[in-house]
Amino acid sequence: MTTTESPAEAPAPTGRARSGGNRLLRFILVRFLLIFPTILILVTMVFVLMRSIGDPITAALGGRLPADQLAQRIEEAGYNRPIWVQYFEYLGQIFTGNFGTSITDHQPVVDLLVRYGGATLELAFYALIVAFIVGIPLGMLAAYLRDRWPDAVLRVFAILCYATPVFFAGLLLKLVFAVGLGWLPVAGRASVRVELALSRVPNPTGIYLIDAAQTPNPGPVYADLLAHAVLPGIALGLLTAGVFLRLVRTNVIGTLSMDYVDAARSRGVREYRLVTAHAIKPALVPIITVIGLQIAMLLGGAVLTETTFEWQGLGFQLARYLTARDFVAVQGIVALLAVIVAVTNFVVDVIAALIDPRIRY
Amino acid sequence: MAQRRLLDRLPVVHQLRQSVGLQRGMLVAGLIITGVFVLTAILAPVLAPYGYSQLRDEDGTFGAQQPPGPQHLLGTTVGGYDVLSRVIWGTQTAALVIVVAVILSIFIGVLLGLVSGYIGGWLDRVLVVVADAVYAFPSLLLAIVAAIAISGGQSSFWGGILAAAVSITVVFIPQYFRVIRAETVRIKSEAYVESAKVIGASPTRIMTRHVLRNATRTLPLIFTLNSSEAILTLAGLGFLGFGIEPTAAAEWGYDLNKSLSDVTSGIWWTSVFPGLAIVLVVLGITLVGESLNDLADPRLRTRRRADSGPHPTADVSVVPGGTVDDLAGLDTVEHRP
Repeated sequence: MTTTESPAEAPAPTGRARSGGNRLLRFILVRFLLIFPTILILVTMVFVLMRSIGDPITAALGGRLPADQLAQRIEEAGYNRPIWVQYFEYLGQIFTGNFGTSITDHQPVVDLLVRYGGATLELAFYALIVAFIVGIPLGMLAAYLRDRWPDAVLRVFAILCYATPVFFAGLLLKLVFAVGLGWLPVAGRASVRVELALSRVPNPTGIYLIDAAQTPNPGPVYADLLAHAVLPGIALGLLTAGVFLRLVRTNVIGTLSMDYVDAARSRGVREYRLVTAHAIKPALVPIITVIGLQIAMLLGGAVLTETTFEWQGLGFQLARYLTARDFVAVQGIVALLAVIVAVTNFVVDVIAALIDPRIRY
Repeated sequence: MAQRRLLDRLPVVHQLRQSVGLQRGMLVAGLIITGVFVLTAILAPVLAPYGYSQLRDEDGTFGAQQPPGPQHLLGTTVGGYDVLSRVIWGTQTAALVIVVAVILSIFIGVLLGLVSGYIGGWLDRVLVVVADAVYAFPSLLLAIVAAIAISGGQSSFWGGILAAAVSITVVFIPQYFRVIRAETVRIKSEAYVESAKVIGASPTRIMTRHVLRNATRTLPLIFTLNSSEAILTLAGLGFLGFGIEPTAAAEWGYDLNKSLSDVTSGIWWTSVFPGLAIVLVVLGITLVGESLNDLADPRLRTRRRADSGPHPTADVSVVPGGTVDDLAGLDTVEHRP
């Protein structure tokens, strides 16, 4: 969609600066229109794949219901009609924000988003914070100490972040800090007492960080929430931290050999300051461009992290419906996530374009 | 002489000679781990003390959740399997999935990328939009959907391997497609392709003989990166209960899923060992891939006569996309005075 060159190459084209605003608007418009085919492709793919095994009612309840009842329920749900009729009906439903109703417990999928989306959002937020705190400073350090032993250690650490499946990282953290040392809770988003207090707030948003402010005594509630957030946040965040570390290292090394850094060096700016003040800024732009993909990865990782920590979010629900073979719910949640990913990527691309004038169509 | 030249042109051998210092250390470490992994996969029947689905020997059943001891070096799982044996047999499953997944995705991805990039037009545009859409989507979710479609979620040994491999393939095709297409678009405007056209070579011949040969030099790199991702995706599928049944094959993600409840009661051996196996294998393959990546990028490569200070790189012919012509035998960097 967009092409970015690393900051070490290609200065921005000159002479077109006057029409810059128009080109930005055009970029945003084209990029916005691209959301629709993206969603259409993903939703179609999910539909085709999921329906290639037959109707979802047989998949979920086959063997548990007598054949005539099964046939009746298939008839009621309209799964006996031609597949392309069902496909267009499905597209129409998605267009109006209807992602289907789960078979096993008759939940509209959109309600699941309202109820559990906040939890997943919170988890992704914690993970991004961990990724920024760990990834960016360590990436700068690795670039600063390039090719010396701390650089090697940091690079192996970055690869380890990538190589460790989030659920294994979660299991290890649980073993050590929750079961072994007993410092942090084993699972869940909050302890029962706090969950109860949060369920009584006047305007629940599902995002506990916001709801906690409405409780009469927010201090201990926040402490409880954060204690529960530490391990899942680290487990999921390390994955992205490794990506950030590598990206920052590579880009800082690239910018360190640019003319303006040489100029600063010749003015007597210390090497440490060259990295932290001069080379880091252009090296952060690629981070913004990969953050879209990272958010998609976080959503995938959230399914695994939520299962590991029994974190009651969308991913946990997805895993639960997978086990129950409720493929309508699975299809609905995946389609919903497709929409979320497409919209997030649009927002990220626009932000990247606002920051970096080289990103245009 | 000709033989040495051939050896030198093999992807990894060339890079091994080119590397120095830490980079060589990382590459060698990665190659050793990967080698051990491949050997273990081949020799699994010899190395494993028990079968992957064996529950008893002549002394009776193994018993569930036995701690590590002389009978079972790494203990037994909640299902009563020997952990060490399942870890060893798991290498075979992982290796098979990598081979099938990567071969399938390279074949389809390269073909589509080549045709799309060379022919261009509306086909190209459609394929690019499709590839971008799939690429941006969480790969695990796509793999889940594909696994449901292929096996309905449960399967035999080959069924499970194929399901995992094909679901991973669906995720990887766009990556190969993007890389090969970008290279093809670039190569298409090279002088030698134009010359071939002038001579009257057919599009098929140009694509296979001129474009493909030159567009594939980044493949070893993607190959390694995708192999590690294949293992992670397989484990993720297994962890969510979409892996291979324990009676059909040993799969680390499945074992980790079953160990989830053990962790809370402090039983560590059922999760730590299969998890470590995943980490080690992915680490090894990724170390190789990372080193290849750095060696292909003149800005990141450590030079043999490394001196202090920034290395001027402006005069090196860099291919857009950050790879250099080393694999094609154009050692512009090494032999500079």
